[in-house]
Amino acid sequence: MTTPILEMRGITKTFPGVKALDNVNLTVLPGEIHAICGENGAGKSTLMKVLSGVYPHGSYEGEIFYEGEAMAFRGIAESEARGIIIIHQELALVPLLSIAENIFLGNENASGGVINWPETYTRTTALLRKVGLTEAPTTPVDKLGVGKQQLVEIAKALSKEVRLLILDEPTASLQENDSQKLLDLLIEFRAQGIACILISHKLNEIRHVADRVTVIRDGATVSTIDCKAEEISEARIIRDMVGRDMASRYPARDVAIGEVLMEVEGWNVWHPEHAERQMIRNVSLNVRAGEVVGIAGLMGSGRTELAMSIFGKSYGRNISGEVRLRGQPVDTGTVPAAIAAGLAYVTEDRKGLGLVLPETILRNTTLSAMQKVSSYGVVDPGAERKVAEGYRAALKIRTPGVFQKVMNLSGGNQQKVVLSKWLFTDPAVLILDEPTRGIDVGAKFEIYGIINDLAAQGRGVIMISSEMPELLGMCDRIYVMNEGAFVGELAKGEASQEKIMSMIVKG
Amino acid sequence: MAQTTAEGERPALGHYLKNHLREYGILIALVVIMVFFQVMTDGTLMKPVNLTNLFLQNSYIIIMALGMLLVIVAGHIDLSVGSVAGFIGALAAVMIVNWGLPTVVVIVACLIVGTVIGAAQGYWIAYWRIPSFIVTLAGMLVFRGLTLWLLNGQSVGPFPKGFQLLSTGFVPDLFGPDKPNITAFVLGLAAATAIVIFAFRARARQQRYGIEDEPFVAFAVRNGVIALALAYISWLLATYRGLPNVLITMAVLISAYTFLTTSTTLGRRIYAIGGNEKAAKLSGIRTEWLTFLTFCNMGMLAALAGLIFAARLNTATPKAGVSFELDVIAAVFIGGASMSGGSGKIVGAVIGAFIMGVMNNGMSILGVGIDYQQVIKGLVLLAAVIFDVYNKSKQG
Repeated sequence: MTTPILEMRGITKTFPGVKALDNVNLTVLPGEIHAICGENGAGKSTLMKVLSGVYPHGSYEGEIFYEGEAMAFRGIAESEARGIIIIHQELALVPLLSIAENIFLGNENASGGVINWPETYTRTTALLRKVGLTEAPTTPVDKLGVGKQQLVEIAKALSKEVRLLILDEPTASLQENDSQKLLDLLIEFRAQGIACILISHKLNEIRHVADRVTVIRDGATVSTIDCKAEEISEARIIRDMVGRDMASRYPARDVAIGEVLMEVEGWNVWHPEHAERQMIRNVSLNVRAGEVVGIAGLMGSGRTELAMSIFGKSYGRNISGEVRLRGQPVDTGTVPAAIAAGLAYVTEDRKGLGLVLPETILRNTTLSAMQKVSSYGVVDPGAERKVAEGYRAALKIRTPGVFQKVMNLSGGNQQKVVLSKWLFTDPAVLILDEPTRGIDVGAKFEIYGIINDLAAQGRGVIMISSEMPELLGMCDRIYVMNEGAFVGELAKGEASQEKIMSMIVKG
Repeated sequence: MAQTTAEGERPALGHYLKNHLREYGILIALVVIMVFFQVMTDGTLMKPVNLTNLFLQNSYIIIMALGMLLVIVAGHIDLSVGSVAGFIGALAAVMIVNWGLPTVVVIVACLIVGTVIGAAQGYWIAYWRIPSFIVTLAGMLVFRGLTLWLLNGQSVGPFPKGFQLLSTGFVPDLFGPDKPNITAFVLGLAAATAIVIFAFRARARQQRYGIEDEPFVAFAVRNGVIALALAYISWLLATYRGLPNVLITMAVLISAYTFLTTSTTLGRRIYAIGGNEKAAKLSGIRTEWLTFLTFCNMGMLAALAGLIFAARLNTATPKAGVSFELDVIAAVFIGGASMSGGSGKIVGAVIGAFIMGVMNNGMSILGVGIDYQQVIKGLVLLAAVIFDVYNKSKQG
């Protein structure tokens, strides 16, 4: 048997409170395309960061053997020097620089600090030809579409004598024919002896190019399937990806579903910068009083974009479609209008978009509805304090006092402050975007309890989550979203992780 | 400071002072600087005539610092205030001296023009998201140029008596014309008493709400120093010509802006914008509108400062207001405002302005050359900001 180009043995990586990787093994043979599958948060990206040295040697347990030698990368520069190149989902190109400048950024063809432009352009042209691009090397990168930018990234990798190419969901934002081009390129590289790790959710792609598939779940290797030896069965991969018991429990609730509270019809949204990219395609949804509706989908499927575009057109442009509350069309074109209409949006980015971190719990709690605790624009400190204390008690925010700055709180308590803020606006419908992300198990259970209470009060809840068990445990109905469109709708009884995953990978 | 307190209180007091080093630090720095120059100038600094001058000299900086604090808290900067102040001074001179318009009409018109100038700049900053640095840099050039154009490169003056009262007038003594000026002293005592009463009320409220309270020693020393200083200064002023009108204007504005920043929804929302603009926007705050308003307000205050400065010089010159913006911005940062927005206090900006003012005044009395003065002021600004950053990094 050939010596593997890469062997990762017993990799364990712990973050405070979380075991992100638990004894993961991965073997990549020379000149093979090795696919890695797994749910969001399964540990794929963490594993690649360990490999490329983003998490330096010593911050994890286990061994990495590369081309037969034990490796101890302390940074991405060292792994790149050995020919391990990683291309992230979020492209790392400088938009205003030319293709040539980007390809040789940090690695310029220079002597004594003076760049040799003729050589740079000649080499760039050669590299571009290899990836099938005919653009001039002087073209600014922001003039290229996403697909071509992806190819420039690969050309950049080739300029560094790549031996092992890692692609993190390279086709997630590509059109069909661009994806096809990229995959063909990988097959060509394989012929030249370049090994490739392909992280992907798309089973048709994997079937098309992969030699072997490793499935990771909850930070551990579940299985490695040799595609030459056996036919890849989608069912098996899906089962391996999601096949776990419902580990955490969900508080029970009495479901009393009432009339339709909110409807969204024919919702279309385009990307705010790339005008030709449609992010949301003709989405329609509804939520009833007392109902918890889930939106399932992988990262990048457009869930957050959908929510934010509905809430005050906070994302995207050329938004079209209608929002109705209790049957009446309402204006949700600005955030104040959306709040007035009875909407609330709890963001997935708690620190970036949800809280004013240097301010107190009290001030964050009343931020969206300060007029309720003030008269003629003057805040009544007593009334404000009463409100903040009320939510602190009701949501069990653990803090020495409401005058604590929110940046000193744990994730779970911060999330409760965000919820307090929105509850104080007394919304009819709450959109919760990843409400339990980065929150420990105990606090999660409490958040679930709060969500149930909200529904019991007759509010409508839309819950976006990457954790399928959470959706299955909490929701009365689940919409499945993929690539900006709804690809299915499942009632509580019929929903299962396998069904959702297969809707996503087939959709 | 803590050596005389009871055994049990000491750790709490020490701990408290450590955590609030910045807030006390700036007050202590002002006191130290004043004592230093008082000694070095053989008592000239605190002579009534010099003290009166100190207020007159710094009034326009302080007034602009109030607006600049809001601008900086909102996460922006305004470089145009010096030029705007100069332009408004020139405008006032042209309207009064050349056209003969009544003083009151001119003052109102100038404040409106200032607000409009602020609005014109704020519009691009708030609604077009053009960096405030660029917009106001442009404004700085434009209004400097317009000042030259208005004045034809000449000085225009003098102003009528009524206009001069804006700066050099004094509150008349209700108790007769003799020195000392009883009214000045009584008003000073009243202000000192009011500050102590407000402080006690605020403290009582804070204790009721269970906010981490200031140890009593620190509270007493801080407010005692402020109240005594007010009483002493008003006494000194009383032995000269009494309270300058501009001091009253300043006191009213400082109180108004302190109230605005601490107690109104408007002020609180501006802090939220500076703290996290995206979160504020997603919370339904009209971030653009409020940013626009802070620049309108800044324009109005710059106009007021320009009028006061022109009144003090009794003439409008093409050079009026040059580099004022730098003193104003320095005052706000010395006063502890954060460079990234979201924090800063009115009282801090005022103390910061006084620190700059006392240093200017003291060094001039000592005959320190303008060259060294600039170097020293620059270093003080740098030291204050480094102190801030160091404090923050220590707190983690």
